[in-house]
Amino acid sequence: MTEVYRPVGGRLLTPQFYFMGTLALIAGYFLVRRFVFGIGDVANLSDGFPWGLWITYDVVVGTALACGGYAMAILVYVFHRCQFHPMIRAALLTSVFGYTLAGASIVVDVGRYWNLYNVFLPQYINLRSVMLEVALCVTTYTLVLWIEFSPTILEAMKANRLLRLMRHLLFLFIGVGILLPTMHQSSLGSLLIIAGYKVHPLWQSNLIPLLFLITAVAMGYGMVVFESLYAAVNLGRRLETAMLARIGAIIPWLLIAWLVLRIGDLGLAGKLGLLLQPGPEPILFAAETALFIYAGFILLDPHRRVRPSALFWSALAVVLGGALYRFNAFLIAYDPGPGWHYFPAVGEMMITLGFFAIGIMAYLFFVKKTPVLSAHSQ
Amino acid sequence: MNSNRRDFLKLMAAGAATALAPVPAQARPPKTLAPGALGILYDATLCIGCKACEVACKSANQMPMDHDSSLEQAHGVRGVWDAPDDLNSQTMSKIKLFATGDGGQGGFSFIKRACMHCVDPNCVSACPVSALTKDPTTGIVQYNPDACIGCRYCQLACPFNVPKFEYDKPFPKIVKCQLCAERVADGDIPACCAACPTGACLFGPVTDLLGEGHRRLAFQPGESQDYPLHRLGSGDQRTARVTGYVPSIYGETETGGTQQLLMAGVPFAQLGLPPLGNDSRARLSETIQHTLYQGMVAPALLFGGLVYTVFRNAREGCEDPAPPADANTERQEDHHD
Repeated sequence: MTEVYRPVGGRLLTPQFYFMGTLALIAGYFLVRRFVFGIGDVANLSDGFPWGLWITYDVVVGTALACGGYAMAILVYVFHRCQFHPMIRAALLTSVFGYTLAGASIVVDVGRYWNLYNVFLPQYINLRSVMLEVALCVTTYTLVLWIEFSPTILEAMKANRLLRLMRHLLFLFIGVGILLPTMHQSSLGSLLIIAGYKVHPLWQSNLIPLLFLITAVAMGYGMVVFESLYAAVNLGRRLETAMLARIGAIIPWLLIAWLVLRIGDLGLAGKLGLLLQPGPEPILFAAETALFIYAGFILLDPHRRVRPSALFWSALAVVLGGALYRFNAFLIAYDPGPGWHYFPAVGEMMITLGFFAIGIMAYLFFVKKTPVLSAHSQ
Repeated sequence: MNSNRRDFLKLMAAGAATALAPVPAQARPPKTLAPGALGILYDATLCIGCKACEVACKSANQMPMDHDSSLEQAHGVRGVWDAPDDLNSQTMSKIKLFATGDGGQGGFSFIKRACMHCVDPNCVSACPVSALTKDPTTGIVQYNPDACIGCRYCQLACPFNVPKFEYDKPFPKIVKCQLCAERVADGDIPACCAACPTGACLFGPVTDLLGEGHRRLAFQPGESQDYPLHRLGSGDQRTARVTGYVPSIYGETETGGTQQLLMAGVPFAQLGLPPLGNDSRARLSETIQHTLYQGMVAPALLFGGLVYTVFRNAREGCEDPAPPADANTERQEDHHD
């Protein structure tokens, strides 16, 4: 199949773009404060809640939302579904910025950022640390994502010789680009194993790496569908409903596998009784399960999933369900002991919002100026 | 392409089998007590809550007093007292008071909170850059700020919420008790034990401290007994009336054992000490992670399978962009280049 990607074109500096720019500037103000006065000046992080919004949203949820490139690469390059190839650049674009901004958030969150390069130094690295695996994998994958995305930029620059060279080597990077997220998206879950009792028993599990990996892939497909519909409406392009419905059809099987593992694991560990206890945790568990069941129910039905609105809401439900699962495990159902509470401070939220805005600005820039979206749906 | 997928799935299966097969066999063995393990036995029944240990700790570690600025403003004073309500980034050792509502006999107890120097420490396993290490001889868990990146995973990992972080500083560090390692290296004892007037804080080799603890567990309430002061075998001792013990030593088995050991007359759960199993979470975490990454065999197999599959699929027409057979075919826009 021949396909050509084209820049969408059009004005870049729209009112929406300026709005996003303003959010980024506000974040800039709080970032300056964070680096001059310390983390405590802008964030509500504490010794009981050392990880807050930045780690949970920007890194743990953010990189899962950025799994579109990974999920689509599995589909196209492992299962050889070439018909989805036209969507891969848009998916990669979201992934590139999701991961790059997660990396930037880590620099903000980490207290001793000037020492960050120690994770690459053999005299310091601790091979027993789950965090080391995550740190190395996420940095390498961010680099790999830029390489995978580079043909788009090279095309826009008309650097043909480099482009040809890239095309010969790309298969290696695509291979690495599937391996690395498999490793670190599961390890992001494994990070919590060592926290023991602090993570609520409904979320603390030895299966947590697998549960995180499956939801990451499902969220990746969900994001591809959600974002494609959202961008098509906002950029005035044709809806690719038929193709999106076929991607959507994969999601229920992942969700079914996840629900079987999740509930089976709780049953085997004798934790199902916890669902009947008072407190917010059973409700949170029910909410994430309900979001997944709703999405799975709609996407399983071949007649419903071809309706753009049904597709849109079910994709959003997958993304929200996966995000809620991560928020519950890392933050909401996390209890370090009596006396500790956490709710993000304004500065913390503005920095997260600013990074989000930068991501959208970058998306608009690349979609409008470089060949990301396929031409035949223009 | 079906054969491709079959090849790939075979490799995946091989990878998964390699990763999952040795689960029971490869479980990481629990860590054992270091040969020269040093520690502290804190006996709450001897503690009078004078907090001399806290003052000595701050002075030995050059830690500032913990101000409560609202209290200071109310009283028009500044920097005259040190009153942290718990461990924090300026307080490595803390005596806390717990009281039950009725205030009846046995309803009160002090408890010392400080780094427990676990035999199998979660923080050491968690730290990506070995900023927290366990001394192979003394078993003291020490902190190296030059390595630390400030990720605070140690705070998440510690079951006792011991590592503290200087959130209010632009160049922050992790703060925690290091058992006065420098003083100990000079033949001295930790400042808290040197300061303690009642023998509630007792320094010594962990195995001997456990022996001393079990000797005390055999005491009957009401009888008079001799208690050593400052360090085991120092010869200093005092006689005190036994008030009775909860029949276990907290830290003998908890989370795989700790080198700070606690005894009290009130159940430990009431004193804010979490009920922990005999296995450290570090052991479980490393067992699961090692199972997946043993010798990097599973990732390497998966990587090989992926590269092979992607390479074949790309050659068969999924290349980027499409015309696969002829790499020289450029897109129309590029012709003039």
